[in-house]
Amino acid sequence: MIEVRGIVKRFGDFTALDGVSVEVPAGSLTALLGPSGSGKSTLLRVIAGLEQPDEGVICLAGQDVTKIPPQARGVGFVFQHYAAFKHLTVWENVAFGLKIRRRPRAEIRQRVTELLELVQLARLGDRYPAQLSGGQRQRMGLARALAVDPKVLLLDEPFGALDARVRKELRSWLRRLHDETHTTTVIVTHDQEEAMDVADRVVLMNGGRIEQEATPRELYDRPANEFVMSFVGPVNRLGDAFIRPHDVELLLEPNGSTQEAMVQRLVHLGFEVRVELMRDDGEVLSAQLTREQVEALELLPGQIVHVRPTRQTVFQ
Amino acid sequence: MIGRYALRFGALGYLAVLLAAPVGYVFWRTFEHGFWPAWHAVTAPDALHALKVTLILAIVRHRFPGSGVFNAVVDLPLALSPVVVGLALVLLYGRGGWLGGHHVVFALPGMALATIFVSLPFVVREVVPVLREIGTEQEQAAATLGASALQTFARITWPAIRWATAYGVVLTTARALGEFGAVSVVSGHLAGQTESLTLYVQDRYQAFDEVGAYASAVLLALIAVATLILMTTLKPKQETR
Repeated sequence: MIEVRGIVKRFGDFTALDGVSVEVPAGSLTALLGPSGSGKSTLLRVIAGLEQPDEGVICLAGQDVTKIPPQARGVGFVFQHYAAFKHLTVWENVAFGLKIRRRPRAEIRQRVTELLELVQLARLGDRYPAQLSGGQRQRMGLARALAVDPKVLLLDEPFGALDARVRKELRSWLRRLHDETHTTTVIVTHDQEEAMDVADRVVLMNGGRIEQEATPRELYDRPANEFVMSFVGPVNRLGDAFIRPHDVELLLEPNGSTQEAMVQRLVHLGFEVRVELMRDDGEVLSAQLTREQVEALELLPGQIVHVRPTRQTVFQ
Repeated sequence: MIGRYALRFGALGYLAVLLAAPVGYVFWRTFEHGFWPAWHAVTAPDALHALKVTLILAIVRHRFPGSGVFNAVVDLPLALSPVVVGLALVLLYGRGGWLGGHHVVFALPGMALATIFVSLPFVVREVVPVLREIGTEQEQAAATLGASALQTFARITWPAIRWATAYGVVLTTARALGEFGAVSVVSGHLAGQTESLTLYVQDRYQAFDEVGAYASAVLLALIAVATLILMTTLKPKQETR
């Protein structure tokens, strides 16, 4: 378990972490989500010991490690830009932590072979990092971090430098890996879809503070405030009310509770269609429909329709 | 924090005093009875490049107050005439100078100091860009994997900069071998004791010993060619890294 209590971290005048407290349960996969500059990476680096907090306490597995250097914390860290040891082969990269710990040669050989197997790089052991693709390099980074049996695995935007397809592959691969190893894992990401996809729990950060801590579903269904609501998915704002595009219903005839709107644009996204509308009072909103619904309504730009929110959220 | 300031102070102090007595004294002791005249030129850079590496790490890795001035000071020898350097050393370490009285001037320590000062920029300017490029992430990764600062330097940082350093050392050697101005002022031209090869060439020539002058000049040229060959073999290795 990771316990973070009252962490404050300042860089000059800028307060990166403003009294952050959070608990990461043992064996969980937790995402630190937030826009850039929200302090999520700094928090991860403070947990790893790569940054010293100005105030507060970090406990790993019940032990206060605030003053302990990263070498002795027993954490595995995966960097966004891989931080591969360029002059060492894939095999030597993964063996690095074990060699530092002076493990017997036979044990190193066995452990590295196992790990390369696990990250599907068994045949590429004698390549250099420069000869690998980005996805392969990041899998190597993960194997290198796992080699020393870390108490916690910390990933700093691990898929941020990869293209969309590889990112999705690695995401589900990471989830499967976690289900096998159950290492307590924290992943930093600015991508809400990635956080929701891979994590059991999401900690949403903004401006050096935690906005909400919840399961992906709770976060989406019961957002704590406006920021959470608009960060975890697209949203229409009408007066005080927030409405998800999939909660906007379109009708061809008025039924008393509807309002008139004009179709401005239809955006086809495969199965989904985004309909951009302007109400008669000048408010702009978007609705998310399936292709069938759009075909049934025979929607065209310029057409007048009648809109009604099926669900809306108002924050006090 | 205190340790960091101590480090900065140490690095700056080193530059200010230019490696004063201790190192120089060792050199002087070693070559007291006159060795091959050019030896000091070769030995000095080798013994001192380790110190330079420390200095370089300080420049790249820590933004400290005065780092801009520090960077400028490193380049100063490129702009300053070596004769001025020699004269400055005589004033500083010579009889009646601030730090005078330790057999520095007109002896090998003085010559070593002059050579170090003049060749200082070479290793620094070779290694700094390489260090900037590799950044600190690999070192942080090594730290999280349990490597101490020393292990990280030996296994990660040093292998990344060793070719640049080697190249810088070769450049330094080349510069040191050919150095004339500063050494000429500081050494006092004591034949068999403080006469470097370049000074020897001048000495022979002025003594109308043309054969001696030409022979030594050829030797200098040969060393220069060897250095060039070494440089060209080192450079490609560094670039493929």
